[in-house]
Amino acid sequence: MTGTIDPLLTAEGWRRDGRNVALATVIETWGSAPRPAGSHLVIDQDGNFEGSVSGGCVEGAVISEALDVIASGTPRLLEFGVADETAWRVGLSCGGRIRVYVERLT
Amino acid sequence: MDLSVLAALNAARRARQGSLLATNLLTGRSVVLTEGEAWPDTLREAAEKALRAGKSGTVEIEGETVFLNVHLPPPRIVAIGAVHITQALAKLAPIVGYDLTIIDPRTAFATPERFEGVDLIADWPEDVLPQRPLDAYTALAAVTHDPKIDDFALAEGLRRGCFYVGALGSRKTHGKRLERLAAMGLTETELARIRAPIGLDIGASSPEEIALAIMAEIVQAFRRRTLSGEAA
Repeated sequence: MTGTIDPLLTAEGWRRDGRNVALATVIETWGSAPRPAGSHLVIDQDGNFEGSVSGGCVEGAVISEALDVIASGTPRLLEFGVADETAWRVGLSCGGRIRVYVERLT
Repeated sequence: MDLSVLAALNAARRARQGSLLATNLLTGRSVVLTEGEAWPDTLREAAEKALRAGKSGTVEIEGETVFLNVHLPPPRIVAIGAVHITQALAKLAPIVGYDLTIIDPRTAFATPERFEGVDLIADWPEDVLPQRPLDAYTALAAVTHDPKIDDFALAEGLRRGCFYVGALGSRKTHGKRLERLAAMGLTETELARIRAPIGLDIGASSPEEIALAIMAEIVQAFRRRTLSGEAA
């Protein structure tokens, strides 16, 4: 836990500082997904973030969903696959699929 | 998730306790389960399985989908002896992803010059280990050859359930060591866990090669332990 970026410590610190924070967690992966289940991305209301849920492919989309979750307080379950096989604008170039759970830290 | 839940999870992680965050994906409710504490009956079986395997994932519990996020402390090595072997180990361990602490009361050996950038403590294991306790996610390697320095740490490693306990020395040296440790109250089962002679048998000869053999044996002990759920 020392010396490396730890999104869960960041999330706790940000919330204690009074920021509005969402936590995104990889729930499930199929095929060659870059980050395993349990990986985290933490986002604040200004779009600052730490951590990762993919190799950088879908973070932008997760951040914009997270801002909605921060505003509404309702968790969301997102799914990302290869770009041309899904309705999402972004996708995973590696060909894998991931599900990401986004919730607000209250 | 409530901040208090996240704070409890982070506290367990800081304390190097195996822990698990269970999130109900329908209700959004989450709860932290920490090793050694009482767990809710509904989650126990699935949580134990996930924690033992070290694998996060979703499970169905009473018709609801629950995500179990496993947090195991990162494995680390405590080496007794600021010797040539541990100088090499200090280079290998970070490559494999292990934190390393070296303890040796002999100030002629434990110098910052010989161990630049290493977490080095020039003190007796008796004095250091109560402050920095060993745990199930620690590998203990005793390589001073000196019973006055090694024995206490070895006994402590066995009692604290270190996933790996290795000791340098010939079979003859080890035979005498077992007698001393038995006299300290350790059981036969505990003593059987000591890896001696230390290191995987790769025919290691130089201190660097012995360090490699120790590192490989530690990785083997940890990976086998994680899969089987039992101390290797």
